[in-house]
Amino acid sequence: MASIWRYANPKKFIETSDRVLPVIAWGAVAALVVGLVWGFFFTPEDYRQGSTVKIIYIHVPAAMMAINAWAMMLVASLIWLVRRHHVSALAARAAAPVGAVMTVIALATGAIWGQPMWGTWWAWDPRLTSFLILFLFYLGYSALWAAVEDDDTAADLTAILCIVGSVFALLSRYAVNFWNQGLHQGASVMRAGAIAGDTQERVSNVFAAPLFVCMAGFVLLFVALVLLRTQTEIRARRMRALLARERMG
Amino acid sequence: MMVDLGKYAGTVLSAYGVSLVLIGGIVALSLWRARRMKAQLRAVEERVKHGL
Repeated sequence: MASIWRYANPKKFIETSDRVLPVIAWGAVAALVVGLVWGFFFTPEDYRQGSTVKIIYIHVPAAMMAINAWAMMLVASLIWLVRRHHVSALAARAAAPVGAVMTVIALATGAIWGQPMWGTWWAWDPRLTSFLILFLFYLGYSALWAAVEDDDTAADLTAILCIVGSVFALLSRYAVNFWNQGLHQGASVMRAGAIAGDTQERVSNVFAAPLFVCMAGFVLLFVALVLLRTQTEIRARRMRALLARERMG
Repeated sequence: MMVDLGKYAGTVLSAYGVSLVLIGGIVALSLWRARRMKAQLRAVEERVKHGL
């Protein structure tokens, strides 16, 4: 079996991602259109939440990707620190703005849903607060990349920031399990009882089926955007290197 | 194909609106930057190749 590390070669990475990108991008479009149209037009209202239940088709996948994007950045950062593959550092950099947008979507849709349901746009609840801190980490991570001129130094510093920020990514996922307080409800899609088939524990199938399609759409969208943006970062790095060489004569 | 969102129509539509604008924004920005960087790199490579 060919080694996965061959994709650490920028040229090989661009060649391969050019081939798979259209498939992943169109897969994302198809899953998002099917999932959102299904959820928005063809699911009933919830007996307590009314039509606001339709917000879960965006809120849950966005929140999931906000955390998973940071997890992907963590893996890429560790690869950079251990193996010094530039493509992995650039992939982490490429993922950060996408993760930040996912976090904003989760926070914004949560606030819009919370106003009529909880009677407030915002509460200093463990999960909401850890999500806000995660968003600030995304901003800090991108700002650090932009602020440091030397690419390798920037990759080292941002990798360390990413490891520190992982605590808040974990808290964002498990805050409701650590503290039995706050407004945000516990997990109802990916919890043990739900997976084991306990119908009392899980979201009804009528909502869960389009939700899973939307989640698949968000995952594919994230992968497509990260591949495209990593290609851009590879080209930007090459251009900086060529310009530096040109300046030195 | 109309859906009756009842008294929460504004809430649901604004949540979808904000999200679609943000998703559209990051997709458009990523595509624009990808095209621009490709063109810029091609120009620099040509210049270096021909020693201009």
